Amino acid sequence: MIVQPVLVVAAALFSLGIYGILVRRNAVMVLLSIELILNSVNINFIMFDTMLADVMMQGQIFTIFIITIAAAEVGIGLAIVLMLFRNRQTANINEFDLMKW
Amino acid sequence: MEIFEIVTYFVLLLLITTAVRVVTTSNVIHAAISLVFTLALTSVLFLLLSTEFVALVLVLVYIGAVIVLFLFGIMITRAPLGKNAELDNDKNKKLGAAIAGSIFLLFSYILVNGFDGEVVITSGSSTELLGEILLSRFVFPFELVSFILLAALIGGITLARKDEALIDEDQV
Repeated sequence: MIVQPVLVVAAALFSLGIYGILVRRNAVMVLLSIELILNSVNINFIMFDTMLADVMMQGQIFTIFIITIAAAEVGIGLAIVLMLFRNRQTANINEFDLMKW
Repeated sequence: MEIFEIVTYFVLLLLITTAVRVVTTSNVIHAAISLVFTLALTSVLFLLLSTEFVALVLVLVYIGAVIVLFLFGIMITRAPLGKNAELDNDKNKKLGAAIAGSIFLLFSYILVNGFDGEVVITSGSSTELLGEILLSRFVFPFELVSFILLAALIGGITLARKDEALIDEDQV
C-alpha cells in the first residue's frame, strides 16, 4: 500500500476542518470541525506508525492520548457553549462580541 | 493485494465525501451523522493498517460518547433542526475556501514530496504489545491523561450547572 494517498486525504480533512471553523456560525458546528482536524492528525500518526514499523508503537499511543484529550475538550467546549446559550439565548458565534474592540 | 488497494482507495474516497458533507450541509443533525460516518471510515482505515486497538477505541470513544454529547449540545442549544440557511456565514465563505485550499495545497505538496514508501501490512495482533508499552514506558503520561479527564469532568459540571445554592446565598 502506498503512503501518499492517505497523507493527502489527511491533509484534505485538515483543510476541510479549517474551512468549517471559518465558515460555520453555530458554535457546536465549529466544535464538529475541530473534531475533523483532530481526526486528520490521528490518521497521519497511524500512517507514519505503520510506515516506520516503530517498535515502541509511539504513533498508536499518541493517537490514544489525542482521542482522550479530544473527549475532554468536547466536554468542556460544550459546557462553555451551554453557558453562553443560557446567558445570551443563542449559540451563534457572531453574537458573542463582548471582547471585541 | 490488488483487492486490498481497491478497498483502501474506496474508503479514502468515501472519507473525503462524508467530510465535505460535515462542513457544507445546512442541516445540523446531518452534519453530526456525517461525522459519525467519517469516524467509522477512519476506523476502517485503521483496521486496514492493522492497528485494531486504536480502531476500536475510536469507535467506542468517538461514535459512542463524543457524538452523543454533540447531539445533546445540538438539542439543548435549540438549533433549528431542519434546513437552515443561516448556519453559514456567507461573507466568510470565499475567504475560508481560499485559506483552506492553500493549506491543503501546501500540506499535500510537503507530504507528497517529503515522504515516500510502501506500507508492509503484517498479520497478527499488536494489542498485547501496545498494552505492555502503554503501561511501562508511557505509564506517567497515561496517569496524567486520566487526571486531565477528571479535571475536565469537574470543570464541565461546574461550568454547566446552574448554581442555585450560590444565588440563594447572595440573596440572603
